[in-house]
Amino acid sequence: MSALLRHARYVLSGNPVTALAFGLFGLLLFAAIFGSAIAPYDPLATEAARALKPPSAAHWFGTDQLGRDIFSRVLVATRLDLTIAFASVILAFLLGALSGVAAGYFGGWTERIVGRIADTIMAFPLFVLAMGIVAALGNNVTNIVIATAIINYPLYVRVARAEANIRRDAGFVEAARLSGNGEARVLLGHILPNIMPIMMVQMSLTMGYAILNAAGLSFIGLGVKPPHPEWGIMVAEGANFIQSGEWWIALFPGATLMLAVFCFNLLGDGLRDIVDPRQRT
Amino acid sequence: MTAPLLDIGELAKRFPVGRKRSLPQRIADSVAGRKPPVSLLHAVDDVSFTIGRGETVGLVGESGCGKSTLVRLVNRLLDPTDGIIRLGGSDLGAIRAADFAGHPARARVQMVFQDAGDSLNPRYTAADAIGDPLRRLKRLGGAALRARVEELADMTGLPRELLSRFPHQLSGGQKARVGIARAIAVQPDLLILDEPTAALDVSVQVVILQLLQRLKAELGMSYLFVSHDLNVVRLLCDRVLVMYLGKIVESGPAATLFTDPKHPYTRALLSAIPQADPVRRAGRLRLGGEPRSPIDPDPKVCRFYGRCPSSTERCTQEAPELRRLEGERAVSCHFA
Amino acid sequence: MTAAPALKVENLSVEFRTRAGVVRVLEAVDLEVGKGETVALVGESGSGKSVTAFATMGILDPAGRVTSGSAMFGGADLLALPERELAELRGRELSMIFQNPRTALNPIRRVGQQIADVLVRHGGATRAQAPQAAIEMLRRVRIPDPERRARAYPFELSGGMCQRVMIAIALACRPSLLIADEPTTGLDVTTQAVIMDLIGELARESGMATVFITHDLALAAEYCDRIVVMHAGHIVESAPSAQLFAGARHPYTARLLAATPGETDSLQGLQSIPGNLPDLRRTDLPACRYSERCERRKPECVSPLALAKVGERHLVACRFPL
Repeated sequence: MSALLRHARYVLSGNPVTALAFGLFGLLLFAAIFGSAIAPYDPLATEAARALKPPSAAHWFGTDQLGRDIFSRVLVATRLDLTIAFASVILAFLLGALSGVAAGYFGGWTERIVGRIADTIMAFPLFVLAMGIVAALGNNVTNIVIATAIINYPLYVRVARAEANIRRDAGFVEAARLSGNGEARVLLGHILPNIMPIMMVQMSLTMGYAILNAAGLSFIGLGVKPPHPEWGIMVAEGANFIQSGEWWIALFPGATLMLAVFCFNLLGDGLRDIVDPRQRT
Repeated sequence: MTAPLLDIGELAKRFPVGRKRSLPQRIADSVAGRKPPVSLLHAVDDVSFTIGRGETVGLVGESGCGKSTLVRLVNRLLDPTDGIIRLGGSDLGAIRAADFAGHPARARVQMVFQDAGDSLNPRYTAADAIGDPLRRLKRLGGAALRARVEELADMTGLPRELLSRFPHQLSGGQKARVGIARAIAVQPDLLILDEPTAALDVSVQVVILQLLQRLKAELGMSYLFVSHDLNVVRLLCDRVLVMYLGKIVESGPAATLFTDPKHPYTRALLSAIPQADPVRRAGRLRLGGEPRSPIDPDPKVCRFYGRCPSSTERCTQEAPELRRLEGERAVSCHFA
Repeated sequence: MTAAPALKVENLSVEFRTRAGVVRVLEAVDLEVGKGETVALVGESGSGKSVTAFATMGILDPAGRVTSGSAMFGGADLLALPERELAELRGRELSMIFQNPRTALNPIRRVGQQIADVLVRHGGATRAQAPQAAIEMLRRVRIPDPERRARAYPFELSGGMCQRVMIAIALACRPSLLIADEPTTGLDVTTQAVIMDLIGELARESGMATVFITHDLALAAEYCDRIVVMHAGHIVESAPSAQLFAGARHPYTARLLAATPGETDSLQGLQSIPGNLPDLRRTDLPACRYSERCERRKPECVSPLALAKVGERHLVACRFPL
């Protein structure tokens, strides 16, 4: 374990951008866990007297049309946004990686069926598909997670299938069969661990995409319902006020959203360097 | 003579391959509802041989001659089209390759791979790799597993402190030792060695070959040694099989086969061994031409026809059978 | 040799910067190849044979750095030449054959076109003549049915065939220096023999100088005029092939010969080489990098030594040669 830490330190010292991404990730994680405990104001408390105030020492990100503290709302929203994104990425990974690995390894009918499902999903404009799914299944957090997972599914299938296919005839796979491993064990115990680094990168990249997608659904009113604090809704609400000069209502949640997506995209590459054992010399 | 350990009889593997069709032909076929014509690639064709207990049999031939398919048939990763595979009296050929991983006989045939680096899972430590067959086939775990892995490391000369390392942290020779330790872990009767030293430096190769020879004596295994380094085959093997385009063209004791090759292909193979001594280079045989296609071969034509320097009309009308000669030898050539 | 050599490498040293420190991969390497001469560079992996070739060709990995030396080729120092001129030279005068032909060929271009490209770019052929000249090249490397094979993509050809295409590309412009890095590794002995015959034939015909990198001593002895033995970034012995086999003077060469299967009749007749290559990151490497593995070592072996003449064209870097 200490070797892994030492390696992580080495990779980070050579790559300040990744270090920055890890710093941001730590900040986001902190906000997600302790957000509601450290928020200076109640994110739901309205107060007409302090509505639409620009950023100040008392209200760092200003207040919205109902007088709620935007900083507190952005902070508290972190947990919900990250949870949705994380849950959908895990779901997409479980479905996509497992069926993709099986498709790449077995080929034949398995590959054709999995491939067709992925192709069908890819044939839709993905955001519209997500909209449709949420509209059909009902407007709640579980369904946002499912919709986001489904539109990410083909990305996992493609990567997992290609990577499993490369390794299908590798020496160590044959050796595993000779060692008495059945097909399932070869797949899960030998091939899957080898494509985990690549899947980690994929997870980190789709994490950013999942955050954006969840926020996008909420932005158009399909998803988390107001007054619940969520970045997408906050941007949507704030958008009405940009014209009249109250820019801070949309800007701060929007910037946070962008930063989170940015962070996960950078994280992807950094993770790959750390997890890949071949670079751990 | 006692019964051999491995008995391969008239073994064949034919792969269906799609025949090339032009696009209009394909459209016409599909409109007419005709099935696409199927050709057969004869990868292994009517191969019979035995390996005795404690014997080392060499298998040589060019790439594409069917060596690797034969190996995959014998180690039961592939199902034969035809023929029998018997090991010590039990009929292994009857067990489907897909079910073989879970079969008790799995432990009896093991293999050392050509590229030790490629045959080790990059995410398994040396101990994990050696322990994998023990866990699956001998149901070992915990302290018993650890003790056995350490014992195997000692037997193969792998320092115990390297057991916690990953393949990329090991040298070529060390990786070869891990591959050997894994293969002998479950005490197989037959060990297939697929060019075990091809990727190693000569100085390491010597050590690994000597290790293999010692292990064979200690554990009473039989070896099927696949190699294209004929110098190594000569040193390690009791008997040699020469394969060409799916068929065995010559077999015999290593000592006589190398000094007095009967088949023109064997002669060409031996001629191609690099010779430091210029005197020995005289009168060497170089192969011209192109190998015949293994797809739907004409049963009447000798497989070596077209590259053979001594072929005649007869070779295109009647394919030679593998016939016995004195001194345990066999050759399939009309003129040997 | 009286005529000026085709390639004269002097005092070449190369370092690699890695995470674990500076690796002194090559130290003061001298190498001469005459016109029409075929020189084998042999040694275990890690001995620096390939690095010598890569440094000379100017295609060293970015982590590697030439710290001293020169490589004179046709009046110019390859190590001092600007990259643009070197690239021009590499296509026309200098050629290289790599170990894995498949990765060195463009997978989506027909092999005939790939040869034609080289002929047009460096060989002064016109676009109209090039395809015919390419087929002619394929015929020369003994590819059967060259007209048909010229239209094939690399994946449609066997490994030996791809290697012959690589050789055709390397030789298309009649280079005056060819560097072949283990060109027959992984090929069948029969194909190996054909390819080696071919390189030798072209070398004799056109007076091409060849550096042949291999770990197979017998192969080197059969096809090369002279053998240069490397160990841990040093050249330890250099002699005409027959002379080296008849009487190696460096203890390492002798050990290498004793480990090579060939003449002996039993496995017990072969001997391994004790010890390992020294860690080239060490700062306290002895002057003779073999001395720590050498059973003939004496206290004097720590002081610096150079390649010394011990016979006609026979050089040895050992204070106490055999």
